[in-house]
Amino acid sequence: MPQFQKKAILLQNKKVTEDIYKITLESPEVARAARPGQFVMVKAFNGFDPLLRRPFSIYQVTDNGNLQLLYKVIGKGTKLLAGMKPEQHIDIIGPLGRGFAFDRSKICIVGGGIGVAPLFHLMKRVLRSPHPSKVTVLMGARSREEMLGITQDFEKLGVELGVATDDGSMGHKGPVTELMGEIRDQDAGWTVFSCGPYPMLKAVAKICDEYGWECQVSMETMMACGVAACLGCAIPAAAEEIGYLHTCKDGPVFDARELAWI
Amino acid sequence: MDIDTVDLRVAIGGLALQNPVMTASGTFGYGEEFSPYVNLHRLGAIIVKGISLQPRKGNPPPRIVETPCGMLNSIGLENVGLDTFISDKLPFLLETRTKVIVNILGDCVEEYAELAQKLSDHKGIGAIEINISCPNVKKGGVAFGTDHKMAAEVTAKVRKATSLPLIVKLSPNVTDIALIAKAVEEAGCDAISLINTLLGMAIDIQSRTPKLRNVVGGLSGPAIKPVALRMVWQVAQCVNVPVIGIGGISSAADAIEFLIAGASAIQIGTANFINPQITEQIITGIKNYLQEHEIDSVRKIIGSLKV
Repeated sequence: MPQFQKKAILLQNKKVTEDIYKITLESPEVARAARPGQFVMVKAFNGFDPLLRRPFSIYQVTDNGNLQLLYKVIGKGTKLLAGMKPEQHIDIIGPLGRGFAFDRSKICIVGGGIGVAPLFHLMKRVLRSPHPSKVTVLMGARSREEMLGITQDFEKLGVELGVATDDGSMGHKGPVTELMGEIRDQDAGWTVFSCGPYPMLKAVAKICDEYGWECQVSMETMMACGVAACLGCAIPAAAEEIGYLHTCKDGPVFDARELAWI
Repeated sequence: MDIDTVDLRVAIGGLALQNPVMTASGTFGYGEEFSPYVNLHRLGAIIVKGISLQPRKGNPPPRIVETPCGMLNSIGLENVGLDTFISDKLPFLLETRTKVIVNILGDCVEEYAELAQKLSDHKGIGAIEINISCPNVKKGGVAFGTDHKMAAEVTAKVRKATSLPLIVKLSPNVTDIALIAKAVEEAGCDAISLINTLLGMAIDIQSRTPKLRNVVGGLSGPAIKPVALRMVWQVAQCVNVPVIGIGGISSAADAIEFLIAGASAIQIGTANFINPQITEQIITGIKNYLQEHEIDSVRKIIGSLKV
């Protein structure tokens, strides 16, 4: 699979919610090669502090062939990224890692907060496949404001959404996983694709295990290189003889059964 | 002066390199990981991720944390083990025109010797680098590299087990680096590389927990460069074998500093993570520097510090 290190041109860096931004980059080679669930390593800052690149899931490849990332401002790196302006250059490496295997017939997407990032790319590809699958999207967020930010693009695709918020300001009040039971009542044998905070993913994996559904999760870990050299992104494997898997190379998308969920 | 006449060749204890730029062990995988980004044929040498006799799973996460101008790691020497290295990793490396140096590590002196002996049976390996920052299990877990007698013992045993050029990679976590350097030189190594990472830690003040699961880890990156440069200079003064400089090198200027301080070659570590093309850029940068200063060979700047 082709991988590149390229200077991408920043086209747009748009504030979506209070702390979530959507950045559009011109990087045709990376965009063309990108598969849903893959990520890029971004160096948007000169100097040594922050030192390391930051990994970001690919949010989508736009109809114009541009690369889009959705990110939440959390630390130094994302704060600097949020301050970047159009026409500036951003050094990216990608596309990296193993993405979703989405040739499935009944697809249930379960996202939480900024974890929506790789799921939109997946959603678009699924809808554009020659034989569209049956798709359901369940989304969790802290509040109505965050929910509107992370789901606006899904709504444009005309997908039906099940929503849950922590504060009950929109949809079901409580964790998004509580909506999964309703899906089971409708139909059997879903494949779940999920990304979000670790406790949510752990709950999703557990529910899928109970229901006997296939479950693919996109994981996030600390990461220095993104190319399986530093081995910093270790994640405990279910199989003891394996020990650790690595998010950058074995993931970021894993079959939930591959992981230890400790 | 024509740029093509600039001579970058150096020799490290019988190992001839096309240029002085190597990749530091543990920061460049087994080479193949970087082939999409860098022309591996151009490098002076590739030093592979440290190999032990048996595969090692490494430490539980979190294994890395970023610190100002640096990073801490406690990977725990995760590696595929000698057999898989030889069957799955080495063949790719041997197809490059670049010298391959195998970094080895063990729990006891015998393990190092066995690794060296087994690797010597394989054609194409350019040299062995011993990581002596590992704990000596038979001596209560004290790192080989922090005791000059243990450092000398492991060097001597490996020396007997192989005729390949032998590099000893020193730990900076010692009181007197010169003492250790002289001890491993006397024990028969062909070159000394330094520094390995500096022991450090970081704490999350909200949860009051260590940021690394292993509590402590090795600091690398630009933050450690002045310390590394000082130690390289110090060691180069007191040994006759070539010295290889490592520690936070992120640009050609950094590399040239180490050469001037007395290093015959340098290794690029953490900078590979940030810019996978950095090794090639540093080779070009050294060449440009030499041309600008009308110096026809890189060997002329090694140890040329004017104090």
